[in-house]
Amino acid sequence: MINDKNSQKIVDIIQNWARQHSIWVLAYGTGCGAIELPPTMTSRYDAERLGVRGAATPRQADVLLITGYLTTKTLKRVIRVYEQMQDPKYVVGFGSCTINGGMYYDSYNTIKVLDKYLPVDVYINGCMPRPEAVLSGFAKLQERIAEGRAEGAKKYKENLEWYRANQKKIIPNWVMPDYNW
Amino acid sequence: MESVLYNILGAVATFLLAFVVGMIYGGLNRKITARVQNRKGPPFYQNFIDAMKLASKRSAIHHGIMQHFGPAFIMVSSVMSLMVVPVLTHNQWFPNLNFHGDLIFLLYIMVFGPLGMALGAGQTGNPNSAIGVTRGLSLMTGFEIPWVMALVALMIQYHTTSIVDLMNVQIQSGTWLMFSSPFAFIAAVMAMLGMFRYSPFDIVGAPAELASGPISENGGKYLFVMMSAGSVFAFVKLTLYVDLFMGGADNLVILLVKTFVLYLIPVLYSLTTVRYRTEHAIRWFWGWPSFFGLLAILQAVFFK
Ligand code: SF4
Repeated sequence: MINDKNSQKIVDIIQNWARQHSIWVLAYGTGCGAIELPPTMTSRYDAERLGVRGAATPRQADVLLITGYLTTKTLKRVIRVYEQMQDPKYVVGFGSCTINGGMYYDSYNTIKVLDKYLPVDVYINGCMPRPEAVLSGFAKLQERIAEGRAEGAKKYKENLEWYRANQKKIIPNWVMPDYNW
Repeated sequence: MESVLYNILGAVATFLLAFVVGMIYGGLNRKITARVQNRKGPPFYQNFIDAMKLASKRSAIHHGIMQHFGPAFIMVSSVMSLMVVPVLTHNQWFPNLNFHGDLIFLLYIMVFGPLGMALGAGQTGNPNSAIGVTRGLSLMTGFEIPWVMALVALMIQYHTTSIVDLMNVQIQSGTWLMFSSPFAFIAAVMAMLGMFRYSPFDIVGAPAELASGPISENGGKYLFVMMSAGSVFAFVKLTLYVDLFMGGADNLVILLVKTFVLYLIPVLYSLTTVRYRTEHAIRWFWGWPSFFGLLAILQAVFFK
């Protein structure tokens, strides 16, 4: 019964509906874009009415927000945070810096294309994106979740070797503690 | 045989009622908070969506056997206290397993959940959890004192340790205990502020400071169980207060009205204050609330 295809489909629809309307965000304040989050959350734009809400720890979060440029030093922490999150999890790249390096395109110590290191579901462009843009990014993410297309975690698991190779290129001294996912 | 089956069905119905009401109250709390902050706020059923999402997480990490016990203990203690507290005064639907001395039993069992939580949080090895647990236990030493004083005052005054007897006293005399033992009521309500752990007593979960404290390593299904247990427990506490001080409730509508009015006290108080430090919180409970508890006992002893 449970393995029956149609009933699985119904379960998926219900679960995706719940995931879509309850998005707990772990805002990893890596770059200057983080300053746009407080206005997004407070009374003017009130993201909570869409079910978007801050999460305190990676274990409870659904979305990892990379708010702007990511230095090679913080990349390691971001990877640890991402791997501690529970499946299904999504990554939102925030600002031009995560897309192509933005104004740090020739910097020696920031990564340029976030998608090489973590599977990004939605990009929000702008330098920096206004709260309206952030909300529209969340709306896009919700759309993708509802359609069942936000499967970054699966992609990450399947292509783990490729991601690891990229990550190790940036982080030469790869000393990560042992932990289960 | 029939009565056993009936009891089990009734217990399930009671649990469902407590779950739904607790969740909706949690959602209304978020809504009220949002309105006070001039926001639109999430819909009142947002907590159900959150719970459903947490339950449908695909992976659930644990750090050892004890971590399973954390949520399980909270759930068990919530359900046990739910079974002892009478939901309505005269009812066929919600059986309760009352016995003499259940008030004392309840005092024990209400502490049981946080202790189990402490065990579970210890296993996760997260330093924030350890700090959260110590804070939680310290807070408990704070609000338990006025709470126990209020209950002891009631026990002395009416020579009983049974909740049903206390409800009968109110029905016979026609006045709520809230008016005949006002000091006990004040002390108990002040203790309730700490029991709900809303601001200013949110020192245990403190999201910005402790990363949600004891539950910081629990995601997905663990958090789902904790959330449901918390909602059930909120319902238990409110119903217990209604039973003890506000004459119980004859039907569900009255129960909902009374519990919601009570629930507004911690909710609205939390909106006007910011978080205390641990020692401030304890000192607060050992101040005026304990003083009112003492007055309640004096009243019970000298003016029966
Ligand atoms: S995109 Fe612009 S605002 Fe965002 S982190 Fe980069 S430089 Fe800062």
